[in-house]
Amino acid sequence: MTTATALNEGTDDPYALTHLDTLESEAVYIIREVVGEFERPTLLFSGGKDSIVMLHLALKAFTPARPPFSLLHVDTGHNFPEVLAYRDRVVRRHRLQLHVASVQDYIDRGVLRERPDGTRNPLQTVPLNDTIRRLRFDAVFGGGRRDEEKARAKERVFSLRDEFSQWDPRRQRPELWQLYNGRHGPGEHVRVFPLSNWTELDVWQYIEREHISLPEIYFAHERPVFRRGEMWLTPGEWGGPRPDEPLETRLIRYRTVGDMSCTGAVDSDAADLRAVIAEIAASRVSERGASRADDRLSESAMEDRKREGYF
Amino acid sequence: MPLNTAPTAATTALLRFATVGSVDDGKSTLVGRLLHDSKSVLADQMASVEQVSRSRGQAGIDLALLTDGLRDEREQGITIDVAYRYFATPRRRFILADTPGHVQYTQNMVTGASTAEVAIILVDARQGVVEQTRRHAAITALLRVPHVALAVNKMDLVDWSEARFAEIAEQFTAYALSLGVRKVVAIPISALAGDNVVTPSTLTPWYGGPTVLEYLESVPASDDLASLPARFPVQCVIRPRTAAHADYRGYAGQVASGVLRIGERVVVLPSGVTSKIAAIDAMGESVPAAWASQSVTVRLADDLDVTRGDLIAPIASPPVTTREIDAMACHVAKRPLLVGARVLLRHTTRTVQAFVRDIGPRLALDDSEPAAEPAAGSGVLEANDIGRVTLRTAKPLAIDAYADCRRTGSFLLIDPADGATLSAGMTNGTGGRPW
Repeated sequence: MTTATALNEGTDDPYALTHLDTLESEAVYIIREVVGEFERPTLLFSGGKDSIVMLHLALKAFTPARPPFSLLHVDTGHNFPEVLAYRDRVVRRHRLQLHVASVQDYIDRGVLRERPDGTRNPLQTVPLNDTIRRLRFDAVFGGGRRDEEKARAKERVFSLRDEFSQWDPRRQRPELWQLYNGRHGPGEHVRVFPLSNWTELDVWQYIEREHISLPEIYFAHERPVFRRGEMWLTPGEWGGPRPDEPLETRLIRYRTVGDMSCTGAVDSDAADLRAVIAEIAASRVSERGASRADDRLSESAMEDRKREGYF
Repeated sequence: MPLNTAPTAATTALLRFATVGSVDDGKSTLVGRLLHDSKSVLADQMASVEQVSRSRGQAGIDLALLTDGLRDEREQGITIDVAYRYFATPRRRFILADTPGHVQYTQNMVTGASTAEVAIILVDARQGVVEQTRRHAAITALLRVPHVALAVNKMDLVDWSEARFAEIAEQFTAYALSLGVRKVVAIPISALAGDNVVTPSTLTPWYGGPTVLEYLESVPASDDLASLPARFPVQCVIRPRTAAHADYRGYAGQVASGVLRIGERVVVLPSGVTSKIAAIDAMGESVPAAWASQSVTVRLADDLDVTRGDLIAPIASPPVTTREIDAMACHVAKRPLLVGARVLLRHTTRTVQAFVRDIGPRLALDDSEPAAEPAAGSGVLEANDIGRVTLRTAKPLAIDAYADCRRTGSFLLIDPADGATLSAGMTNGTGGRPW
């Protein structure tokens, strides 16, 4: 790491930290707190950029040892193949343990039913929470950031979930100083968000600084896509396109990576990190607004999903 | 300055600040204005706010909707919980804790102020300094927020009167200084219209000071933590047990204050054993020194039994080690705290059993001046009370006075039955003795 030698503008303080140093240090502190306080943590890993940064921080936090916890991926069955390949490469390279909770399994067994709109994002909640219960995880790292969405802006770094994994905004503990209270009752667990204070731009700048590799779909590439609502979607087994949705090949990239059915691509010629950072710094649309159909359902869509036990 | 001209080079510093105000002081409007005028609100977020404002039949755009993120808040039109917002200018990155001002949400103000380097306290120019303002000033002073600004809002409703502004600024400043605040910067604003929030107002020719954003961009960001004695609470022990690192034993933690250097003689508290710093690993890279707020791994020259909860400090300037804690506590739970209660006390990375020996006078924050004078002790702290407590712990703690170091002078009281956070404590730092 580049050890915090950049100066605080306008001062001669040799001990000033840059914002990336501060955010990195805080995230590592949070990750280490979880290992100190909990018995069975796991890290939610989707192969998206936030979970990739979170894993990078976890690897740094315990070096030269390996992080003392496993990874957990909720596979919607509609994930981008490039992202699954990336996931498997990372797991192999760092010799990590990966648990996969499969939405497809739940649908095949008749426990969950496909939604009329074809999106599987809300269907992740049940497999996620079943797996947390079955493997008795008491702390679950998530890559959520408070700048993503206004309900997330209200959530604690240590977010207590009841035995149904529900988030209750009225039951949140005050979070003072750097004293995170992870006490929980039997059957309860704590969702932990080490990237709470990061913005989208921070994440990208950190990826650049640390030379972190990402799935290719984050960078501009030509791809056959079709228009649905205001989004460019990728065709696939998940159900698109419909006959009235013509395919066209466009130069696009993905700003977020989730379920193929609800993650939209953006027109972009940003083919490398520098170009992506310049594009985000100039963007006038939020990352969820640009690329997530599931947040457009209502003013409180995220709050409602979180209350039900979503990420 | 808009975000889209922010430099992509990652060399800016991060400033955490809190906004504090009573109901109808226009706090959420100020926050919305800061975000909006610094071009930090993105088009789709703005469209959503416009749509909701219209659907409620409001003439203008209600900027408070940008931060009131919970359904209950939007329905009641008040801020209930702390909201964190993020924005940047070319000079700085900001983390804003938008805190509710109601008495019944004092715990949330304490939460937001606990990590803030700057507090911006709002008053309504028509009302001036009211009971709530005094409460906010007292909590800001108690939590030792390093920098305090007073935003006198709704100046348009007092005809931009310089005399009215000066009267409020003087009254507040005198009060804040009496509580131990070092300096107050007062700024006349209209959050609704944006005067002196981001851009200087043409309506205050008599005012030569900074706008709110200029103040935030220029106030010293660091709290001089590095100049304090070094404190290193151990979070966990790193032992790879691999062939390549068979004997590696490192203590992971975040430097709470000061500077640690290789070769320095240190003491491990509370045991009191001494050693020397053999190496410092900054997440994989060996470094000669580490300072406040850096997460590192420290290796000692001797093979000691050091675990989570221990504190490493220089032999030359250790904290006191004690089982008697004298502190100011802000009670944040609904259930009361009583003398004799058995609790868990969480201090740095250490959790110990404790019992409440005494609860002294509460701070009478709601009385007329002088508001910080103690009222009669009642032996109980109710929700949102702030009072003096003395505790005895089952095991010793290495503590500093909160006034000297926020990180090693703060603690939580936790209900052992269900894990709820009961109180937030700030040590007065007396009664202990050097190890």
